[in-house]
Amino acid sequence: MVELVLIPLLKIIVVLNATLLGVTYMVLLERKVIAWAQSRLGPMRVGPYGVLQPVADAMKLMLKEDITPARADKWVFTLAPILSMVPALVVYAVIPFGDEVHLFGRRISLYITDINVGLLYVVSVTSVGVYGIILAGYSSNSKWPLLASLRASAQLISYEIAITLTLVSVVLMSGTLSMVGIVTSQASQGVWYAFIQPMAFVIFFIGGLAETNRAPFDLPEAEQELTGGFHTEYSGMRFALFFLAEYANMIVVSSVATTLFLGGWLRPFPNVEFLSFLGIVPGWCWFLLKSFIFLYLFIWVRATLPRYRYDQLMRLGWKVLIPLAIANLILTAIVKVALA
Amino acid sequence: MITPTHYLLLSMALFTIGLAGVMTRRNIIIVFMSIELMLNAVNINLVAYSAQVQNLVGQVFAIFVMAVAAAEAAVGLGILLAFYRNKETVNIDEMNLMKW
Amino acid sequence: MAEAIAFYVLAACILGFAVLVVTAKNPVHSVVFLVLDFLCVAALYVTLGAEFVAAIQVLVYAGGIVVLYLFVVMLVNVKRPPEAFRAGGRHATLGLALAGAVLVEAAAIAVWSRLSPAAPASAAQTVPVSGNTEQVGWLLYTSYLVPFEVASMLLLVAMVGAIVLARKES
Repeated sequence: MVELVLIPLLKIIVVLNATLLGVTYMVLLERKVIAWAQSRLGPMRVGPYGVLQPVADAMKLMLKEDITPARADKWVFTLAPILSMVPALVVYAVIPFGDEVHLFGRRISLYITDINVGLLYVVSVTSVGVYGIILAGYSSNSKWPLLASLRASAQLISYEIAITLTLVSVVLMSGTLSMVGIVTSQASQGVWYAFIQPMAFVIFFIGGLAETNRAPFDLPEAEQELTGGFHTEYSGMRFALFFLAEYANMIVVSSVATTLFLGGWLRPFPNVEFLSFLGIVPGWCWFLLKSFIFLYLFIWVRATLPRYRYDQLMRLGWKVLIPLAIANLILTAIVKVALA
Repeated sequence: MITPTHYLLLSMALFTIGLAGVMTRRNIIIVFMSIELMLNAVNINLVAYSAQVQNLVGQVFAIFVMAVAAAEAAVGLGILLAFYRNKETVNIDEMNLMKW
Repeated sequence: MAEAIAFYVLAACILGFAVLVVTAKNPVHSVVFLVLDFLCVAALYVTLGAEFVAAIQVLVYAGGIVVLYLFVVMLVNVKRPPEAFRAGGRHATLGLALAGAVLVEAAAIAVWSRLSPAAPASAAQTVPVSGNTEQVGWLLYTSYLVPFEVASMLLLVAMVGAIVLARKES
């Protein structure tokens, strides 16, 4: 009974709380890093060095007036932020944060569950996240959000294909769809998949940027373009949910990239005996460090690169990334068969 | 104890709901969605019996049904868009170009 | 016991959402209920142990086909009130009566087949791998390779056809 219900429940509570805390502090991290990239300091007033800024932001958003546009579809207007946030959070059920830990005499695995179609679950759940955007734009009953939401969702479903093809090449290398299985196969093959699948890694990262509507692919929600995109008519806590859903998606993409390409909880050079002193650092610390590197990369790219125009964006997704991903898949299959 | 007959009754009920939708609604997009409901009813039946006799052919067939449904949805909606561009309606009572 | 509860809850959700799909006035509401229906069907597949089919159901149906329907519903912004799209009176009654007749007939067949002994099941092919995904993959690539390739050709033809049909005449 304890194993079946209590431990997963505790894990879920811990993961959800950590995720929501991480998401709110991602907002501060982004503002700080972009500020430092622009030779300024970012939020400094609230709390020492601006550390309490997310608390102020959260309080402001919760206390704002909740406006619903006239003649908007009320139920769908309320449902859209939920449909955006829930898939971003549900994916955490299969992400392995670490191997195993011994607490109170039990061996507790540091992932909520390990289903044997874990990677397929991740892909399918994130593809349901498109609905939040489309329904938000539709239910606002206003033309700019509708256009922006159609653009954003077309972008999302286009880059989903490239991402799924790169994931198939990772599955070819590891032989299993389970997330824990992919990490253990990286351990048994002694190499992180980023080194033997570099093109898949790069395509996954670019596709991840586009999937989360991050710069340079953030045309559908840029303020200068379609007046705020699909969440123009949202205010207060609903806007906060969209905002948090975007950052939660970012953390999901970083975690999945860490698990698939950077070896999850494995230390660098997992099979080299010389560096086994690195084993002092527990697995989940390595995981958090690697995810953090990805998140920093997301923010760094946003601060540096200019925005893609929409037709350039679609051309990149369909005419460049998908053929490259297919070529990578064919090459991986040929090499695997030739070496077997 | 859930026997395959339960799944059969569920899939028949879903099928008839889809059938009622096809025969009652006049908006052609709702008709298409009711057809998807019928295909899902068939899939539920296939997968339930595949689990009962422990033969994976049912699941393979269900995957093929999904592929065919995707192809049919794409082409059907393409036809609908082409028609809509000419006649500005989605009411199937007004899609009567071939009537005498 | 848990299996029975899961089945009845999921069956009620599936049928409830299906009725809502068919009877909703606003097509966007119909599409939302269709998504929820497909997610419940995927959960039903998981309880049957077909996890690969469940993941493919969410990915293809809920995440692909229904998004396509939603796009088309938004592109086809009908100005006439949705009530005009419900068949009035005679048509509706006839349609519902036919559907009810089909349901009664099928239920009769289902119950009758339970009373008579079931036919012996055909021998399952032995596949040398374990795990649902691996076994389905093995079958798809060995015994059912030809239908697999034909399905991919079908999808290619459908893609080309849909693009040609929906393209604006230039």
